[in-house]
Amino acid sequence: MCGIVGLFLKDKTLEPKLGAMLSEMLISLSDRGPDSAGIAIYGAATGNEAKITVQSPKPERDFRGLDVELAKAVGAPVSVAVKSTHAVIRTTPDKVDAAREALQSLRPDIRIMGAGEAVEIYKEVGLPAAVVDRFDVRSMTGTHGIGHTRMATESAVTTMGAHPFSTGADQCLVHNGSLSNHNNVRRELVREGMTFETENDTEVAAAYLSNRMAHGKNLGEALEGTLSDLDGFFTFVVGTKNGFGVVRDPIACKPAVMAETDQYVAFGSEYRALTKLPGIDNARVWEPEPATVYFWEH
Amino acid sequence: MPATPMPKAHREQGHARVFDLAEQSLRELNQALHQVTPGSNETAWEVLNPKGSHSVAVGVDHPISIDVRGSVGYYCAGMNDGATITVHGSAGPGVGENMMSGSIVVKGDASQYAGATGRGGLLVIEGNASSRCGISMKGIDIVVHGNIGHMSAFMAQSGNLVVLGDAGDALGDSIYEARLFVRGKVESLGADCIAKEMRPEHIELLQGLLDKAGVTDVKASEFKRYGSARKLYNFNIDNADAY
Repeated sequence: MCGIVGLFLKDKTLEPKLGAMLSEMLISLSDRGPDSAGIAIYGAATGNEAKITVQSPKPERDFRGLDVELAKAVGAPVSVAVKSTHAVIRTTPDKVDAAREALQSLRPDIRIMGAGEAVEIYKEVGLPAAVVDRFDVRSMTGTHGIGHTRMATESAVTTMGAHPFSTGADQCLVHNGSLSNHNNVRRELVREGMTFETENDTEVAAAYLSNRMAHGKNLGEALEGTLSDLDGFFTFVVGTKNGFGVVRDPIACKPAVMAETDQYVAFGSEYRALTKLPGIDNARVWEPEPATVYFWEH
Repeated sequence: MPATPMPKAHREQGHARVFDLAEQSLRELNQALHQVTPGSNETAWEVLNPKGSHSVAVGVDHPISIDVRGSVGYYCAGMNDGATITVHGSAGPGVGENMMSGSIVVKGDASQYAGATGRGGLLVIEGNASSRCGISMKGIDIVVHGNIGHMSAFMAQSGNLVVLGDAGDALGDSIYEARLFVRGKVESLGADCIAKEMRPEHIELLQGLLDKAGVTDVKASEFKRYGSARKLYNFNIDNADAY
């Protein structure tokens, strides 16, 4: 099954409530997937700061003194904000690659959840309510975000197997479904230099989109490509630095509902996820068409 | 002081048994509906705040009327046997699945496989229905005011599917004996589904269905009929090489 949600705000006054709104949406779909949950939230990019969200199996050991050691390694100011098993590392945008490299030797057990100027990604094993509490997602502000609650089918129930998957700067994806040609596509992407953290099918979809966008496609064009190049069942919800997209495979047996008002565009696996949104009773509510790309950009 | 007569609508509402799903559980609702006995005076029910709940009013087997005020999730009114159920909103996947008799009206849209495997009764969707509408229908009548999605009436066995708008890809794939009436365009027909002649008896049947569904602004003569070419009924030995 799995449950997925997405929320793209048009009305800036809602931005302080993004984390709370997205949390409620995800919790309402808890019974679609009890294995693990995750959320990606995009804050406003300033241009002078980049963020790397990392996870550690031993946060107390790994995060202690990390700011000082990393600042020394990259030669620029670094801050580390710890949230439970995750931490958000902030530095200047030109030092992101150096910081990633330094992390490998300074803290080999740390896993990178995602990086970019806007995105922060939190995911763990457990129910959505527990994951949302653990990372205090409700207090987060932002412009748009996506979330996932997982019922595992294709790979192990681990933190790294949870969604969202991020394979490019400020890019991430959540998926309801299962892909059948992911091994082939993974091999092709590896040949093109993409790297993978897991055996998970969804990571392949995320990497496919990152690869297409690295070749100059926009989000809409990259999503269009999934319809011919990925085989299997999928409803994807995708976030980029300033955009939000949705696509369903041509069979479209994985459910999807969307709502749009002057204030937001929202996605849910089910209507249940949308019922607490402001003005939902007068929103335009529709089921996204199969094999049709929808995307919005700020 | 003389009592002021209440307007009729209010009086009826006053008699309806109201269930508020914001305060009462879905299980309480469905149990109460299942406990209705023949001859009960509780013939009118109203369900408030469904908010996308699953399985609202499933398995009702008495001729009561139920008004659901809002949108519902999966399997609303499934297995309905005799009740008149109105959803004043949209319905999630599988609305009216395996209906036996009675009627269901969805004022908004319906998601996938509306009326799937239905054996009788009337399902009216006043908006659009998405993919697989009437899949494996076995006697149900379905009237959709808007459009229907792909693979609708897949393996449909009997009953009537009436679509005032357009139909998506692969309409009536592997159909048996159901009748499909589409007023708009059909994106494509599925295997063994063909356009058929509208004879007077079909016009009459369709007019009856439109009347029952309360459709007044559309004429039966505006529809085309589709059904089975009956070529898949028996194995054709010439195709043996394909297996």
